[in-house]
Amino acid sequence: MDKTSLQNLTRGLVAENPILVMMLGMCPTLGVSTSALNGLGMGSATLLVLLFSNAAISLVKDIIPPLVRIPSYIVIIATIVTVVDLLMAAYLPALHAALGIYIPLIVVNCIILGRAEAFASKNTLGQSLLDALGMGIGFTLALTTLGIIREILGNGSVFGLSFLGEGESPILLFIMPPGAFLALAFMIIVFNHLRKREAKS
Amino acid sequence: MTYLLIFISAVLVNNIVLSQFLGICPFLGVSKKISTALGMGVAVMFVMTFSTLATFLIYHTLLKPYNLEYMTTITFILVIAALVQMVEIIIKKASPPLYQALGIFLPLITTNCAVLGIAILTVQKDYALLPGVCFALANAMGFTLAIVIFAGIRERLAYTKIPQVLQGTPISLITAGLLSMAFMGFAGIGR
Repeated sequence: MDKTSLQNLTRGLVAENPILVMMLGMCPTLGVSTSALNGLGMGSATLLVLLFSNAAISLVKDIIPPLVRIPSYIVIIATIVTVVDLLMAAYLPALHAALGIYIPLIVVNCIILGRAEAFASKNTLGQSLLDALGMGIGFTLALTTLGIIREILGNGSVFGLSFLGEGESPILLFIMPPGAFLALAFMIIVFNHLRKREAKS
Repeated sequence: MTYLLIFISAVLVNNIVLSQFLGICPFLGVSKKISTALGMGVAVMFVMTFSTLATFLIYHTLLKPYNLEYMTTITFILVIAALVQMVEIIIKKASPPLYQALGIFLPLITTNCAVLGIAILTVQKDYALLPGVCFALANAMGFTLAIVIFAGIRERLAYTKIPQVLQGTPISLITAGLLSMAFMGFAGIGR
């Protein structure tokens, strides 16, 4: 793999991580990170939509007149989201019910339209796929980590496996709405600290 | 009574921003000053009420009778985008001062997930027309209340010494977390 491809792939993981650096897609991030599994499910759904939308848009970018490109992108994205929504309803009904309203809302997730406009509309199919893969995995990683942290603190379990003994209770606050804000705030603090330390050395 | 309950529940108990996490981007993005926050809030109230009315009518006269429910997401997002454009054009013609106040916020609203979210929730919850529109208006008022309070706190924060690690996003998120905790105090009112 040559250098630009590698850069396109890894950009979304740390340096331009959608959640921790760019602050995109905050609604699903805060809304569904109540457990590790929900975070992973939402991340994967978004990754899938991102892959297909980036691919589709990089293929049709030359036929779409610039003036109507945003509405066209939104229709393409909405179509893909509907397909993913119906697939999840058919094959993963439990996860579909847990994520609820946030699945159709992937349409207005700024990451998807942002990558379409900033990357897929200017690059080839292959590079757009790499970019989608990197951004999607970066989003999924951050979302799952947040889910793991909130599930450990708020529910005393990891991926549904409880580790609490008799009579011990978790900090319920962390799976409630305020916990989402607080957990993400501290995750960003730690992330920024680690990056600064890495930059120094 | 039903209407009062809808309002109390949407504005205080299940606040759209602080407990349902819809519309977080404008909530964090345009909340540096109370005046801009209020402008954004009023613009959201305007668009959310009208878009819910439009999507409600389309859902019940077109999508449902012809079994096209799977088209909900695509139709709604297009209707909302078109409606925002239309509202912008109408306001520009009809009331230039209002346009001056709300103009910059209107394009931002298309990508506000709260608008699409409430449109979908209204049809999912099977409201009738009038309660549905009230539900949308109440949620938009909840959004306005949350963003104005948040902007008020942030105006104060600007004059405070904040530890370096907390500056920027982290302190905003912690503030929002505390605000959300305060709103949890309303839980249990009016089931």
